[in-house]
Amino acid sequence: MAAPKKAAASTPQDKTDGGSPPEFTREQELKALRDMLLIRRFEEKAGQLYGMGAIGGFCHLYIGQEAVVVGMQMALKQGDQVITGYRDHGHMLATGMDANGVMAELTGRRGGYSKGKGGSMHMFSKEKHFYGGHGIVGAQVSLGTGLAFANHYRGNDNVSVTYFGDGAANQGQVYESFNMAELWKLPVIYVIENNRYAMGTAVSRASAQQDFSKRGVSFNIPGKQVDGMDVRAVKAAGDEAVAWCRAGKGPFILEMQTYRYRGHSMSDPAKYRTREEVEKVRHDQDPIEQVRNRLLAAKVSEADLKAIDAEVRDIVNASADFAQHDPEPDAAELWTDVYR
Amino acid sequence: MPIQVLMPALSPTMEKGNLAKWLKKEGETIKSGDVIAEIETDKATMEVEATDEGTLGKILIPEGTADVAVNTPIATILADGESAADLAKAPAPAKQEKAAESAPPAAAKSEAPQPKAAPAPQAVAEPDPEVPAGTEMVTQTIREALRDAMAEEMRRDPDVFVMGEEVAEYQGAYKVTQGLLQEFGPKRVIDTPITEHGFAGVGVGAAMTGLKPIVEFMTFNFAMQAIDQIINSAAKTLYMSGGQMGCSIVFRGPNGAAARVAAQHSQDYSAWYSNVPGLKVVAPFSAADYKGLLKAAIRDPNPVIFLENEVLYGHTGEVPKLDDFIIPIGKARIARAGSHVTIISWSNGMTYALKAADELAKDGIEAEVIDLRTLRPMDTETIINSVKKTGRAVTVEEGWAQSGVGAEIAARIMENAFDYLDAPVARVSGKDVPMPYAANLEKLALPSAAEVVEAAKAVCYR
Repeated sequence: MAAPKKAAASTPQDKTDGGSPPEFTREQELKALRDMLLIRRFEEKAGQLYGMGAIGGFCHLYIGQEAVVVGMQMALKQGDQVITGYRDHGHMLATGMDANGVMAELTGRRGGYSKGKGGSMHMFSKEKHFYGGHGIVGAQVSLGTGLAFANHYRGNDNVSVTYFGDGAANQGQVYESFNMAELWKLPVIYVIENNRYAMGTAVSRASAQQDFSKRGVSFNIPGKQVDGMDVRAVKAAGDEAVAWCRAGKGPFILEMQTYRYRGHSMSDPAKYRTREEVEKVRHDQDPIEQVRNRLLAAKVSEADLKAIDAEVRDIVNASADFAQHDPEPDAAELWTDVYR
Repeated sequence: MPIQVLMPALSPTMEKGNLAKWLKKEGETIKSGDVIAEIETDKATMEVEATDEGTLGKILIPEGTADVAVNTPIATILADGESAADLAKAPAPAKQEKAAESAPPAAAKSEAPQPKAAPAPQAVAEPDPEVPAGTEMVTQTIREALRDAMAEEMRRDPDVFVMGEEVAEYQGAYKVTQGLLQEFGPKRVIDTPITEHGFAGVGVGAAMTGLKPIVEFMTFNFAMQAIDQIINSAAKTLYMSGGQMGCSIVFRGPNGAAARVAAQHSQDYSAWYSNVPGLKVVAPFSAADYKGLLKAAIRDPNPVIFLENEVLYGHTGEVPKLDDFIIPIGKARIARAGSHVTIISWSNGMTYALKAADELAKDGIEAEVIDLRTLRPMDTETIINSVKKTGRAVTVEEGWAQSGVGAEIAARIMENAFDYLDAPVARVSGKDVPMPYAANLEKLALPSAAEVVEAAKAVCYR
């Protein structure tokens, strides 16, 4: 593929600077709050349903990381694609996928996004340009690069937002993809969600280079470390990366410094970190509380915020109700969708 | 004594070539490293460098000579102090040629992949229903048939593109994509870095958006690097998405043993891929099938593994001259009709099967030879109908026997035609060892027509 060869990208490996990110408008703050709350309440409910045995297998909760997907989504336009790994419920809700369909997939029911055949880690929505939901760590990075390849091939200005974690960042195909993406100037934003633990392994025990924004240096891919707990910082970094990609300059890496409050999966007792560590992040950096506090400081009433809480709880409760009462897939579904 | 310059083998599977041009004349001085001639193989034009110094004494094979066998003396070089009079001292070319024939490399090639047997598919017992009577046929190599299939589909559908290592500027490691870059440009004929896992994933991702990639692996041996994307992403996504999102993609390239490239470059993946629901697996033998099935594979909305065979690339066959010649995936073909025993094979296994059928006929055993062409979905019906007629079956594959395709065929015959069997099903397969390098051992590791004959006679109790 012909791609103009350029000198090393001029963008430096920026660190998050000390200054605050650009302020949100009140509408943006309210939207961010609502979308993050929806993910949090949804995940809490999923955790409950798992405990009740309604959800089986693996279930990886996104609680704590909500600002990453919500902030990134605010930087995107219709047609931009999103792809991620197995911790995917938040990404789906952020792209606007229906909570009922996601929850019913978690319970393995016919109204789930994959008719109950995919489960927590494998859901897709053509309509919302959500390309999964992938269970093999790192596989989504090549696939997401392929989505960007398709945009480039078709000559549209869509951008592929390819999420993966600090653990996946050590997979070989990530770097195969980086190489091709920069070589061909593909419009892909690699969002590395560094939540500090790859399952039970702390970043310091698994990664020789712990500054993930530098993981593209040898490919000349610009990178940036971002406070992934501040939805405004995420949105600002997303805007910059999106502009870079849409201008045809190739890929961009965003390291989102974030934290998951829950275990790797529901069956993880999380003995590899202290309760105090978790509590400290929750207390000091919680992405939702940050927005809520700013809104209160800006004289938004408690009542208005409660109304958002109520709306979100209604959606989540309805999804849980749907997901527990929707029938299981028809036995004949066993044999469908193998070929088309 | 004058030194003989022999026709060189320029690739593992080259058996002959054309002497295109002499760049030195008789009587000219030659230094080691000088380019003395140009040789055309079916893949490329290559230069022949002198490895000895002296004077070009005599050109034995004039330029423009076609089909010069590997190891044929093509010239003599006179050392210092030697003159034309010394030429007589050189071994006679004819004698040398004979010696060359029995030399190990040539011997290996004449036994293992046998190009001379390739024209056999033309002796079709039952004409393909896809070819109307009276259709004009053109003679093509399998390499050309594959290239034409891709070019035709790329003309027809702008969403089809080819990616892989050396597919564009180099014109294909095995010259299968020759000319595609010139016609379709670098946007649709894409050289990738050596990064199988990565570009297989890029192809699958692009396919998930509706594009139709043809991903070439230089050989399927290297696709093991990419097998996670092929199986976990390409084959399973349609199911995991409840039918919402699948991918129309072809993974193609040479599979199985070539010649003298040893264990890591000689594995047959027929059984591996045909184990996986969600994939279709095609492994043709004749030039016409290569073309018609590749076109079908490119149009298929599912991921298709298209297993080619390097040994067959240079073989020629008759290909119907039709605007849109498609062979449906999933249909076997009866390559030779017979009533005494059914021999079932595919891809290069057909070489042994057809040769064996000829041998068996001399002994009065009429074998029915089935070319499966597609391994998944497998055309069980054609196999079973034949076995009901013959009561005996032999499977032939280059891959290993354990959990092999032959084992699957034997099981299906047992499940569907047990009462018709007059003998247990016999399997002829590659031996249960990594492929050795030594010519004699390689020959032993692969199946042979003699083994097929023996197996067929055994199930006929002869």
